[in-house]
Amino acid sequence: MVRYLGQKLTYLVLTLAAVLVTNFVLFHLMPGDPVTHIARGQHLDAAAVARLRAFYGLDRSMFDQFLTYVGHLARGDLGYSYTYQTSVGPIVIRALGNTLILVTVSTVLVIGLGVLVGVFAAARRGSRADGVFVIGSLVFWSLPTFWVGMLLIFLFAVTLNILPIAGMYTADAIYPTVFTQFADLARHLVLPTIAMVLVDVAQFVLITRSSLLATLSEDFMTTARAKGLHPRRVLWRHGVRNALLPVVTATTLYASATVGGTIQVETVFSWPGMGQLIYLSVVRRDYPVMEACFLIFAVVVVLANFASDVVYRLLDPRVRLT
Amino acid sequence: MTGPMMEPNLESDAVVEPPAHGWRGVAYELWVDRMGRIGIITVAVVVLIAIVGPLLAPYDRGAVAGSREGILQPPNAVHWLGTDELGRDVLRQVLAGTSVSLEIGLIATLITVLIGTLVGVLAGWFTGFIDAILMRITDFFLVLPSLPLMIALGAIIGQSLPMIVLVIAITSWPSTARIVRSQALALREREVVARARTVGLSATGILWRLILPGVLALVIANAVLVIAGSILAEATLSFLGLGDPTRTSWGQILHNAFVTGAVGNGCWWYFLPPGIGIVIVVLAFSLVGQSLERILNPKLAAIA
Repeated sequence: MVRYLGQKLTYLVLTLAAVLVTNFVLFHLMPGDPVTHIARGQHLDAAAVARLRAFYGLDRSMFDQFLTYVGHLARGDLGYSYTYQTSVGPIVIRALGNTLILVTVSTVLVIGLGVLVGVFAAARRGSRADGVFVIGSLVFWSLPTFWVGMLLIFLFAVTLNILPIAGMYTADAIYPTVFTQFADLARHLVLPTIAMVLVDVAQFVLITRSSLLATLSEDFMTTARAKGLHPRRVLWRHGVRNALLPVVTATTLYASATVGGTIQVETVFSWPGMGQLIYLSVVRRDYPVMEACFLIFAVVVVLANFASDVVYRLLDPRVRLT
Repeated sequence: MTGPMMEPNLESDAVVEPPAHGWRGVAYELWVDRMGRIGIITVAVVVLIAIVGPLLAPYDRGAVAGSREGILQPPNAVHWLGTDELGRDVLRQVLAGTSVSLEIGLIATLITVLIGTLVGVLAGWFTGFIDAILMRITDFFLVLPSLPLMIALGAIIGQSLPMIVLVIAITSWPSTARIVRSQALALREREVVARARTVGLSATGILWRLILPGVLALVIANAVLVIAGSILAEATLSFLGLGDPTRTSWGQILHNAFVTGAVGNGCWWYFLPPGIGIVIVVLAFSLVGQSLERILNPKLAAIA
């Protein structure tokens, strides 16, 4: 296990280094450096452009620039936003907190509901309910998350007018207690969460179902049944427990998918998190903010992958022994 | 969908055999499979609409409303699906968008599959050092969150159609590469390959005649699923304002609807049809792709 962890940690460090290089290449070396964007629409003469380039250090060697960039990052300096007129760090940290609220709630629901429905469908393989869940999962998986968000707003916020249309809190609300504030947050959380869960739950249903069906056909399941154990115990303790490994693997990949989902949902619902931040940075072409968002999304996903690799290792009885 | 469908089963050690009764046999099995048939019929109808649609309702860019009453009209006898914020006919836009969305999805898939197959076959063939390097790169792209990468690339390299296609391909080739690699690895260990070597067939000869045909079946099944993902990716990018504003894809219509407040104003006729179009096409390609996978990989069929 120690050796495994060492290997994984080395790989983690290498991957994070690659993320830094990618980020640098994307935002600093690709055509259109910051000066081009600042100079756009302003009539700057060559001397002014040269001064700007020197100011941003773009006249120095590539390697020099990379070192400066890493140095800034190490000091927690994520750059200066053109549109917010302030440094990027605090903006991103505030947004990250708001995103975590949304992503935590929806991820718990996605995995929990997905596994439950998947087990339910597998246990009734071939039944009408099973068919409905399989087809339903395929349909829901084909839905664009942002469009589901638009539909939910139209249905529940505009037509029925029972839930807030956007944002995280009611504008200018004054809360007498923490609980009323929390209730307001919860009301705003309902629709974005449903949008994320409806689309993403599908793959967990399908994976749990097919993994459990494969497990149920194995010999040790027949043994468990032959021992006369209660069917429910056979299903959960012998079946589901062994069928969960692919679900853990799916969770690994889900970290990347959930970033995609949160960008769409936050954009549609104006949820003030990282997703809306990167959307707004695209609209306003605020490259430092976009860069910080990309970096943080990538680092978080890489770390999540590392964590779930380790969890997988701890869970898998076959790997655990070696 | 917010990411590629995860398919842990595909990367198995088992070799997926080329179809026993040739491609005609596959076509037959696809037609016999209920989901496959529904998918194929739907795809055929959509392709027909994409070709014929613009002829039936020629897309006229200049057809904007001359008066305030002409904009955001609910469906009526003249405009079956109402009008948008400029008074343009929504039905016309959705019909025209069909071919744009399909076109982008297909071209992006072609590039994705080309890159993925190339990397996968090379990694599976050379093994050792080259394999390790290629797979590290593949894993790295697999772990990078794809939508932020697409957004960054899209914002930096531009919003023309070829660039959007490239952006989608850059972010979606890794899963194809992984699937192809495991198949190529398995094929490589076959006796046929050893014999071909003994007979003196060159490495390129073996690659062309034995490995590539061997991975082809899997690549095609995968490609059909990639089309679904690419169409969704294009819709998402366009929705976020990174599409080609001169080409009205379904995602572009939804973007226009969103930024002009169609949802808040209850203009359902504006944002409902393009979304339904996306869902139908994506679902149809998924059905065909999954059906193909079951046919080509009976191991999957056993548990489905």
